[in-house]
Amino acid sequence: MNSIGEAFQNKKAFIAYLMAGDPSLAASAEYILTAQEAGADLIEIGIPFSDPIAEGEVIQAASARALSAGTKLDGVFDMVAFIQDRMRVPMVFMTYLNPVFVYGYERFFARCAALGVGGVIIPDMPYEEQGEAKEAAGKCGVAVITLVAPTSEKRVAEIARHAEGFVYLVSSMGVTGVRGEITTDVPSIVAEIRRVSDIPIAVGFGIATPEQAAYYADLADGVIVGSAIVRIIGQYGMGAKEALYAYAKGMKAAIRGG
Amino acid sequence: MGHGRFGEFGGRYIPETLMSALYELEEAYTRCQSDPAFQAELSGLLKHYAGRPSLLYDARNLTKEAGGAKIYLKREDLNHTGSHKINNVLGQALLAKRMGKTRIIAETGAGQHGVAAATAAALLGMECEVFMGKEDTERQALNVYRMRLLGTTVHPVTSGTMTLKDAVNETMREWTKRVSDTHYVLGSVMGPHPFPMMVRDFQSVIGREIRSEMLEAEGRLPDAVVACVGGGSNAMGAFYDFIGDGAVRLVGCEAAGRGIDTERHAATIARGAVGVFHGMKSLFCQDECGQIAPVYSISAGLDYPGIGPEHAYLHRIGRAEYVPVTDDEAVEAFEKLARAEGIIPAIESAHAVAHALRLAKEMGEEKCLVVCLSGRGDKDVAAIARYRGEDIHE
Repeated sequence: MNSIGEAFQNKKAFIAYLMAGDPSLAASAEYILTAQEAGADLIEIGIPFSDPIAEGEVIQAASARALSAGTKLDGVFDMVAFIQDRMRVPMVFMTYLNPVFVYGYERFFARCAALGVGGVIIPDMPYEEQGEAKEAAGKCGVAVITLVAPTSEKRVAEIARHAEGFVYLVSSMGVTGVRGEITTDVPSIVAEIRRVSDIPIAVGFGIATPEQAAYYADLADGVIVGSAIVRIIGQYGMGAKEALYAYAKGMKAAIRGG
Repeated sequence: MGHGRFGEFGGRYIPETLMSALYELEEAYTRCQSDPAFQAELSGLLKHYAGRPSLLYDARNLTKEAGGAKIYLKREDLNHTGSHKINNVLGQALLAKRMGKTRIIAETGAGQHGVAAATAAALLGMECEVFMGKEDTERQALNVYRMRLLGTTVHPVTSGTMTLKDAVNETMREWTKRVSDTHYVLGSVMGPHPFPMMVRDFQSVIGREIRSEMLEAEGRLPDAVVACVGGGSNAMGAFYDFIGDGAVRLVGCEAAGRGIDTERHAATIARGAVGVFHGMKSLFCQDECGQIAPVYSISAGLDYPGIGPEHAYLHRIGRAEYVPVTDDEAVEAFEKLARAEGIIPAIESAHAVAHALRLAKEMGEEKCLVVCLSGRGDKDVAAIARYRGEDIHE
């Protein structure tokens, strides 16, 4: 298994998100390898859910496309198994709690471990509700990655102290999606996390341009880019490889320089 | 029942961005519960503005028609704005105001909760925005215009199935965008803690009144309390005061749409499974992969794939029973109540009336039962006409 920590070793991490099954699982397999080739240090694989309440329109639409294409959790696992031997960078899943809960925590995390998926991000499972999942995930050596939001305030230290893998720092209020401007005081939240933990911090939500990526990579340990990538895939469908490669390469270069 | 749990159900499964707001809300609510000034202001509004206590009506014609137990109707339809929703909304809006919030947002299905929220916002001088599935804005056009008259902006929701579930999704997304000056007035006993508890408390006035009105009318408690269940707020409000009275049967009526053996229903207890969605662990209509199922009912207010966690718990421990009622049965009861008593119920409440007619017969003449008539049916008249093949324009 490629541990999540490797993504942050001696470098700023570029974390690329894409939705499994959009437009097809075969395309997702190809695009994950493309993102790796373009320099992504960690791949975040979205598992589609019918009601993704933390997502903006871009990822909502991708989730709906993936589900209408018939994407199921076992299919996502099979897709990851297909590329597992070619993956040099760590992978994590991002999804909502219900598909995991219904699949069964132990069964889910055992599959993650067998496939080399090092962690999960579940936006509707805040710190207080992680007990059940963490117990099962811990036995399999899979990290439950927690989010910290601009409104977390007094909760930041407690969350950071118990964080696994990396802290997903939500840059802005609202849902996922490309933003022109981010107004949150990210540096002070980073400082608060650093005060209690040396866990890597990756900033996400709204980051789309190389300038934004460079800025946040400089402040933290990595940046997460989701909607901008999903939008490219949405635009080009089965033929997104070149555009995706060019975009990811540009973002990685910006982060390396930052 | 600490941490918002009802047995295994409940909890706070919500994005981190909203967690601090939920704690702030819980603290403010706890303070207000023991604050005589808050309680006095709320009961003043419930009495002088909403028109409480609502009547308990001895429905003799309906009783005769059913041919069994005596049927009483708890007339929540006579409240200001025409449903039980005002009880909860006045409580939450007052609370939000005390918390310094200037804006409220709400989801709505049939539009009754949206209208109640719009009304409270007008009364208390707050900004209000309501999210409503596009399909519901079409089948409940009258309520959309009522909300606009009251100064509220109505956002038609075009994602997903374009009904109540999607309206909740969109209101939650809106709340994560703007939480500092905004309170989300959730309309039912669902969502993350403290909503199921708080909405139940605000609605529990229904059951307390039923108790004292029944004692006055019959000198004893009812043998059954019957209410319709979508998320389950009128039912929880009617049931809560009787949970400790084991002899009082508590009966929730779910929307069975075209039948629970078809795919067109919203019968969560009959057909759902344990899951986590909309902030709570509860029962949900879903597929084998945990994707939330598209549900259906003639009633926009019951057209929801989940149920409040406390109902899931009452079902689990066997304290309350839940029965499915189809569109056909509800429409028949809608018409029967209109003709027998001159009362046009909301199509949601007609689900409870339909089952109460069956239950009364089964229970026999020496018994009595109370049906929570949660709302009035003006909003449904055009839809019922369409159901009967008549196209009328409002």
